Amino acid sequence: MLVIEDLQVMMGDKELLKHIDLEIRPGETHILFGPNGSGKTSLIMTIMGYPQYRVTYGKIYFKGEDITNMPIDERARLGIGMSYQRPPSIKGLKTRHMVEICAGDGADVDSLAGRINMNSFLDRDINVGFSGGEIKRSELLQLMAQKPDLLLFDEPESGVDLENIVLIGNMINELLERDNTPTKDKSVKEIKKARSRMGLVITHTGFILDYVTADQGQVLYDGVLACKSNPVEIFKQIKSVGYEECVRCGSET
Amino acid sequence: MRIRDLDDKARSARQKAADLGPDIDLDSYTIESPPHEAISDLARLSDGDKERMLLAGIESDTGERSGSYIQKDGVPVFTASLQEGLEIVPIREALEKFDWLADYYWKLIDVDTDKYTARARLDLHNGYLIRALPGARITFPAQACMYLEKDGFSQNVHNIIIAEEGSELHVITGCATAAHVSSGIHVGISEFYVKKNAKLSFTMIHHWAEDVAVRPRSAGIVEEGGLFLNNYICMKPVKSLQTYPRTSLVGKGAVARFYSLLVGSPGGELDAGGGIDLKAEDTRAEIISRAISNGGNILARGDLVGEVPGARGHLECRGLILNQGMIHAIPELVGKVDGVEMSHEAAVGKIAQEEIFYLMSRGLTEDEATATIVRGFLSVDIPGLPAPLQKEIDRAVDMSREDLL
Ligand SMILES: Nc1ncnc2c1ncn2[C@@H]1O[C@H](COP(=O)(O)OP(=O)(O)OP(=O)(O)O)[C@@H](O)[C@H]1O
Ligand SMILES: [Mg+2]
Repeated sequence: MLVIEDLQVMMGDKELLKHIDLEIRPGETHILFGPNGSGKTSLIMTIMGYPQYRVTYGKIYFKGEDITNMPIDERARLGIGMSYQRPPSIKGLKTRHMVEICAGDGADVDSLAGRINMNSFLDRDINVGFSGGEIKRSELLQLMAQKPDLLLFDEPESGVDLENIVLIGNMINELLERDNTPTKDKSVKEIKKARSRMGLVITHTGFILDYVTADQGQVLYDGVLACKSNPVEIFKQIKSVGYEECVRCGSET
Repeated sequence: MRIRDLDDKARSARQKAADLGPDIDLDSYTIESPPHEAISDLARLSDGDKERMLLAGIESDTGERSGSYIQKDGVPVFTASLQEGLEIVPIREALEKFDWLADYYWKLIDVDTDKYTARARLDLHNGYLIRALPGARITFPAQACMYLEKDGFSQNVHNIIIAEEGSELHVITGCATAAHVSSGIHVGISEFYVKKNAKLSFTMIHHWAEDVAVRPRSAGIVEEGGLFLNNYICMKPVKSLQTYPRTSLVGKGAVARFYSLLVGSPGGELDAGGGIDLKAEDTRAEIISRAISNGGNILARGDLVGEVPGARGHLECRGLILNQGMIHAIPELVGKVDGVEMSHEAAVGKIAQEEIFYLMSRGLTEDEATATIVRGFLSVDIPGLPAPLQKEIDRAVDMSREDLL
């Protein structure tokens, strides 16, 4: 479980996040909406542990541990992983090697890559010269190998073409264990119960909602988290009345 | 020029300091080589020697080598060619045996360039002639080792490498010191001749000791359709290195590519680079260098001179400052006519924090992340290099990475 309590985050003397409370229980996936610059990336970078996002108040707990001051790599080993909005590129580091690093101990890199159309990128330097959509697939591929318990997706579908979005959407769904199709041995209820992966997905386009059934949606507006509700509803609201109105309605109910 | 005239000319430069690099007092080193017995088989080398040589890419198991030349201090102890069309002969013997060699000896480098060239003529110990006969395809590398076993020794060598018309030749030269050696100087002249449509790759791996000074003096010439690949790897501590090989592309379509990987350790002064003169149409040149300062000072030079229309060159100089030290990248481009196309890229910096964090978020510790980025920085794909040589370069890189962190 991820628990964020009264979190305040500053960068320089700018307050990026204002007293955020958030709880993601095992098996839950949340969607995060919000206008540009509202602090969405800041929130997940803070959860990942980037030190430039200075936590000046509040706590973050993961799996019962206080991780507020834990270094990035320890958080990764504890089971947190993210798909970056804009990852750096590293010259000389082959994508194949990066995926192996993510897997830790051995992975069938070729077959993983095959599942999201990334085979031809394995022998290229990671992210070097990748197009916008290719970067998203590269990020997803890394998470497929890393298999964290909490997956933070920063706009995983932005800039992805219509064919690849199906691949990406289904893969995210699978990683988050969202597939509810009952089988002979398992009812929907049992499937939900067995699910343990947690997700936090940032989206502007809402395309991801066509593939991932999320438990909850929230809107981050100017560093304030508001409007907890059904993600599809929220998305409709934002589309029809805009963020500001949506947040106001959220704070009224 | 006759030997006597060469000697006169050399004598005039006995005290002449070089243009580049700290001046070295040559008199503080001995030129008296101890005797070394010839060996009949590389397997006979002591385990210690084998190990040190292997660090510089020299294999005592010669399954992947077309021939070998091993020199200890001033004495050649083993010479063998295992492939038809490949000649390997100690240079002193070769100069006596082959009259034609006079046309190649001191033809690309002036003997009075500086005190080091003078010494290499006047106090020559030995060196090698490696030659691929016309049309010969010597696909396995020929290996040559310059080994310093006597402490405080000045090793003065002269090498001539010839890829005759239409031939293919790969040479790996490893320079190393015996484990107990801490000081010495290596003065090495190398003249490279790449004839019409020939292909020569020359990979030099230096694995010296901390107090060793190194003054190579190299030059090459590439004829029509020829390809010259020159790789230089110096990632182990060395006191002072100054090298500036110069190559001329004189025939249509000639190509030269220089790659260098340098690591400067604390107290080390490295001044390394190379120049290529593009003198004929459709010539191509590329100089790529990667320098890491681990506390030492590095000057990374590169110079391309385009003299004819259609000549194309690119220079890439990247430096990484790991643990202090200094890197000074000096890329130079000269275009002498219309229609040359030359570019350069230079960057010096430290490892980007952002890259370290990225890898940490995938589970690596900060040290592992740094090591991974350094490995990437040093990995250059060298097209046209045979796999066994790429393997030696990779090995050198992996070893240095262990030292760095
Ligand atoms: N290094 C920085 N210096 C100054 N301001 C910064 C810095 N990094 C982020 N910010 C600011 O913090 C605010 C929140 O940025 P953040 O990246 O979290 O937004 P976001 O909600 O992810 O936006 P988008 O939808 O455009 O990705 C923005 O106003 C941004 O300009
Ligand atoms: Mg963002």
